[in-house]
Amino acid sequence: MCLGIPMKLVEKEGDTGIVEAGGVKREVNLHLVEGVEVGDYVIVHAGFAIQKLDESEAEETLKLLREMLEAGEE
Amino acid sequence: MKYIDEFRDNNLARALARTIARLAEGSPEITLMEVCGTHTVTVFKHGLKDLIPNNVTLLAGPGCPVCVTPSHYIDKAIAYASLEGVTVATFGDLFRVPGSSSSLEKERARGGDVRIVYSPLDALRLAQENGDRKVIFLGVGFETTAPLIAVSVQEARRRGIRNYLVFSAHKVMPPPMEALVSDGELRIDGFLCPGHVSTIIGWGAYRFLSQQYHIPCVVAGFEPLDVLEGIWMLLRQIRNGEPRVENQYRRAVREEGNPRALALMREVFDMADSEWRGMGIIPGSGLTIRDRYRDYDAEANIEVEVEPASSHPGCVCGSVLKGVKTPFDCSLFCRVCTPEKPFGACMVSSEGTCAIYYKYSDRA
Amino acid sequence: MEPERILLAHGSGGKLSYDLIRELFLPPLHNPILATLADAAIFSRQGMRLAITTDSYVVDPIFFPGGDIGKLAIYGTINDLAMGGAEPLYLSIGFILEEGFPLEELRVVVNSIKDAARQCGVDIIAGDTKVVPRGKGDKVFINTTGLGAVSEGVELSVDRICVGDKIIINGFIGEHGIAVMTQREGLEFDTPIKSDAAPLWGLVSQMLEASHGLHLLRDPTRGGVATVLNEVVSGGDFGIRLEEKALPIGEGVAVACEILGLDPLYVANEGKLIAFCQPDEVEHILAAMKRHRYGREAMVIGEVVATPPGKVIMKTRVGGTRLLDMLTGEQLPRIC
Repeated sequence: MCLGIPMKLVEKEGDTGIVEAGGVKREVNLHLVEGVEVGDYVIVHAGFAIQKLDESEAEETLKLLREMLEAGEE
Repeated sequence: MKYIDEFRDNNLARALARTIARLAEGSPEITLMEVCGTHTVTVFKHGLKDLIPNNVTLLAGPGCPVCVTPSHYIDKAIAYASLEGVTVATFGDLFRVPGSSSSLEKERARGGDVRIVYSPLDALRLAQENGDRKVIFLGVGFETTAPLIAVSVQEARRRGIRNYLVFSAHKVMPPPMEALVSDGELRIDGFLCPGHVSTIIGWGAYRFLSQQYHIPCVVAGFEPLDVLEGIWMLLRQIRNGEPRVENQYRRAVREEGNPRALALMREVFDMADSEWRGMGIIPGSGLTIRDRYRDYDAEANIEVEVEPASSHPGCVCGSVLKGVKTPFDCSLFCRVCTPEKPFGACMVSSEGTCAIYYKYSDRA
Repeated sequence: MEPERILLAHGSGGKLSYDLIRELFLPPLHNPILATLADAAIFSRQGMRLAITTDSYVVDPIFFPGGDIGKLAIYGTINDLAMGGAEPLYLSIGFILEEGFPLEELRVVVNSIKDAARQCGVDIIAGDTKVVPRGKGDKVFINTTGLGAVSEGVELSVDRICVGDKIIINGFIGEHGIAVMTQREGLEFDTPIKSDAAPLWGLVSQMLEASHGLHLLRDPTRGGVATVLNEVVSGGDFGIRLEEKALPIGEGVAVACEILGLDPLYVANEGKLIAFCQPDEVEHILAAMKRHRYGREAMVIGEVVATPPGKVIMKTRVGGTRLLDMLTGEQLPRIC
């Protein structure tokens, strides 16, 4: 079971929060993740946050691919 | 959609496709197994096979919890649904999976109380709001989902909800992968490892595959660029002849995974031998509810008569799952087994190999 | 495992619905007009070409963002007539009410019906009411039957489709289905997704006036765009090719679909039409559409191709090809 989408935590109260993406909001359970704060992105699966998304790693991944694109065009 | 759209970029996809083509050029046939069913969905949804060269074959593995749930489990879920005062709550994925002679969908048509939920917490809420009914949640899924069910059980205890039960069919991923490679029949050159399962168990969990069995492994995310980059990384390992475990899905997967989720999972569940449809029993591959949470275990608390398990002699779902046979090798495929009237789960699941082959074949 | 009973999936507009109609209803009731299985049945009488269509509305919940069952009951039938190129003349309406249904809610529904009918300029000239015991209905079911007139020279049918025809849609997809579903799934929207329910005869008549190059119109209701396109190519000697990057999908709908594991191409619409047009008439038709409030976002999303025949394929955003098959039954939320 692997459907999980990155959403931004916009509200937090104890173990529950509200996540948002593209103007869509949903309640999310934060029990499985530690140290997540409002403004962080989390991977949401079946109503739970299962991991904090590492934004710098996301950027790194994209940067590498962009370099690949540029290299290919030379 | 942030962190989704960027990973569907057309230009970057083409750059990856070019790099993959260069790496694979001149190589003999390479077979890569995408273990996770959701990877198979990505491949088909975005038409990724058109972006990889002909000498690279992608094989769908057993990472589809719906596909590998034995018929007997569905039969029992159906039996629960026909009991007075019982509500069966399930993810949508299981609704149409065929059991020996029926399905949850058909049971609902017969008057059984079957509800589709998005989250186990919805099922818990159903239990809270309907104190006079027993709500049985069908716990299906790998390590991505099991921790969620664990939390729902603990929540039930915390809130004093006594009518919420779980019927566990949860399974874990590394054992079947090991079973596949230690089986002499299979010839795969690399594993594209599950993304969100790895979010929980960590990429370190696959080390034994590269160290003991010398198979290249890459953990990949679920967007087209993730899968393509994962394939590229596998081809690179194959070319360099240095199998190891690499992590493409760095934004969501760490070496140690999510220790808290793992601990919660282990707190509620115990490892057990488990039957995988078409693959037989794989030791230590399933999750059962621990004694201390016995009150929430449907099997321990509700007696029910289940029809004797039967399967169709012609159905070779097991071999298809192992990648040993293709759907064309199955005598039932297209003739008797179709998406509208599926026999095995390989045809029911939207990412099942047979369902996908069916869509692309010229039907009789 | 042949289903021996009706399943919910039989009502979802996908393959099971299609099979039910073709295998259970059509053979005993067969006649040439019915066999076309068009949105509206067209027949001639004393030199006039008339159209008739019937539709039943069982939507749950009966009140949803952007509308209610009453509004749908009028627009839906008007639109079926419009897809046949027919100007709506009169409607009839039948109510099946469940014992216990609050009269106050019924009044709201009837008020919506009044407003919708007025907006479409049609009178409801016949009606019927039945009541069923509590539990045997679902608050209210509505059937409407519409009668329309088709002008001379208007010929919309699958037979007119040619390879090379362009495929146009009048706006964003998936809004109705998502609007109805979000209440059930606990999703909230900054800008709430409203049903796109709209009456389309005005738009269609403007399109017909602008050009004779309109070959076929279909409205992608249950089962969505992908289902209706599959119906069009079924058994034919042509296929359809869509461009994923050309599909108009709003961000809210896209995200809701990602969360629930749904595909917007299979989600119901209630204010959309798909037009198959002669390629050299596309600009005229698009211009006429954009002048109308329900056509402002009209665009080309694909074309009719020779191969593969009988199939709908889509060029994906990343350059691959995907087969868009007909749904087997209702689309279910997934987590896998």
